[in-house]
Amino acid sequence: MTQFFEHLGNKTLSSFAKLGRSSFFLIQILTATVSVIPRPRLLINQLFSVGVLSFLIITISGLFVGMVLGLQGFYILSDFGAEETLGVMVAASLVRELGPVVAALLFAGRAGSALTAEIGLMKATEQLSGMEMMAIDPIKRIIAPRFLAGFMSMPLLAALFSSIGVLGGHMVGVGMLGVDDGSYWSQMQAGLDFYDDIVNGVIKSIVFGFAVSWISLFEGYDAIPTSEGVSRATTRTVVNSAFTILGLDFILTALMFGDI
Amino acid sequence: MNNSVDSDTDIVSIQNLSFSRGDRKIFNDISLTIPRGKITAIMGPSGTGKTTLLKLIGGQLYPDQGSVIVDKKNVHQLKRSDLYTLRKRMGMLFQSGALLTDLNVFDNVALPLKEHTTLSDSMIRSLVLLKLHAVGLRGARDLMPNELSGGMARRVALARAIALDPTMIMYDEPFTGQDPISLGTLVKLIKELNNALGLTSIIVSHDVEETSSIADYIYILSEGKIVGQGTPEQIKTLDSEWVQQFMKGDADGPVHFHYPAENYHKDLFEI
Repeated sequence: MTQFFEHLGNKTLSSFAKLGRSSFFLIQILTATVSVIPRPRLLINQLFSVGVLSFLIITISGLFVGMVLGLQGFYILSDFGAEETLGVMVAASLVRELGPVVAALLFAGRAGSALTAEIGLMKATEQLSGMEMMAIDPIKRIIAPRFLAGFMSMPLLAALFSSIGVLGGHMVGVGMLGVDDGSYWSQMQAGLDFYDDIVNGVIKSIVFGFAVSWISLFEGYDAIPTSEGVSRATTRTVVNSAFTILGLDFILTALMFGDI
Repeated sequence: MNNSVDSDTDIVSIQNLSFSRGDRKIFNDISLTIPRGKITAIMGPSGTGKTTLLKLIGGQLYPDQGSVIVDKKNVHQLKRSDLYTLRKRMGMLFQSGALLTDLNVFDNVALPLKEHTTLSDSMIRSLVLLKLHAVGLRGARDLMPNELSGGMARRVALARAIALDPTMIMYDEPFTGQDPISLGTLVKLIKELNNALGLTSIIVSHDVEETSSIADYIYILSEGKIVGQGTPEQIKTLDSEWVQQFMKGDADGPVHFHYPAENYHKDLFEI
């Protein structure tokens, strides 16, 4: 029994310590972002590997999610004879929820895990410590550009996801199931609000991009520098990112749309 | 034993240093000095914290007690920016080379120059080629780190470590895992660089022969203590069974061949 409490206490202490380390890490990153300005090359490289290389997975997933929404939406809406409103249903689901959330989950799996593994291996092969000994701050040169790249790519990827999804819904709804082309678009135009829907969706994806980049970089930087440690850190990145995204999504949705 | 702090002849002076990891005491009240312009070796079996000592000198780790004075500055009381200024004058060669895997050989060597100087690109190019030429790898400038052999990677790392013309250079196990030719090259390079550039070299190693062939002074560490010191000749005649076992590489002696265990007979026959 005492062992149980001892274990519980240790766990609690170490998770608080980790929370402290990660907050300190975030402050370090944020103060270091200024130093990326004179080195745009570093940011561009990272935008490519974090953002551009995630294009394919985001595009394909967006297309399929949109197609499924078109199909499911049509079956339900047609029961009420409201299949003309398919456009607004697909677009609202994507822009408000699925775009930011699913794109962020995919981003954590594709780019976040890669960031953690990269940083963790850099630590394991003493590259980070080598830079410190050359009086080059790894937070400035390695971490900050990656953080900015993740933070900047996420909203763009979420927007891409939603747009492709809308086209996917159109493909199924209008192309295969015979919803009227004009009403698909005009219902969408009439039913979606720029601030309520689109801006809120973008805010969500910015928050998720911030969280996923922070988590993945911190897990890599905090990893135990062995192959096992890096593999665990990579798993933690994906798991923690998923929890964080979904949890934050609920909070943000409640704040934006609900009266809680 | 020369332990005076302000001596002009000593570049590094370690006083009463203690350091522990968890419950394990890695250093227990050690003091040593590293004279300027010489090659000093710190030897000892694996796991005695030789690399840790270099990290303490470089200010990457903090001691529990005691002080590390480098160039008359207490490393662990410096502000971060002063520590970084000091580090520009120390080069360190990591065991793995620690080259940045996403940059080629040229850019790896150019990195400290680009970060810390305002030299023009053509000047940086000339400097990098000079440094690469010194380690014999001017022709390898376009290779990526994963295309280099272990010995070559270490030489590139050496070129990078001397890029900013440091006053002191620390080698972490420079000879481990090298074939005889790379080994010979590295021994020659360390010796030559030390003499030609007027560097101070600290070599951490357990390769007895290579290290004693170039070191001016040797410290031997074991179990957190300095168990022997002197010039290579003095070490060879040192009156300590442990040091003699280490220098000769005998399998049994004060350090037992067997890890502490129960009585062998008892272990086998009593179930």
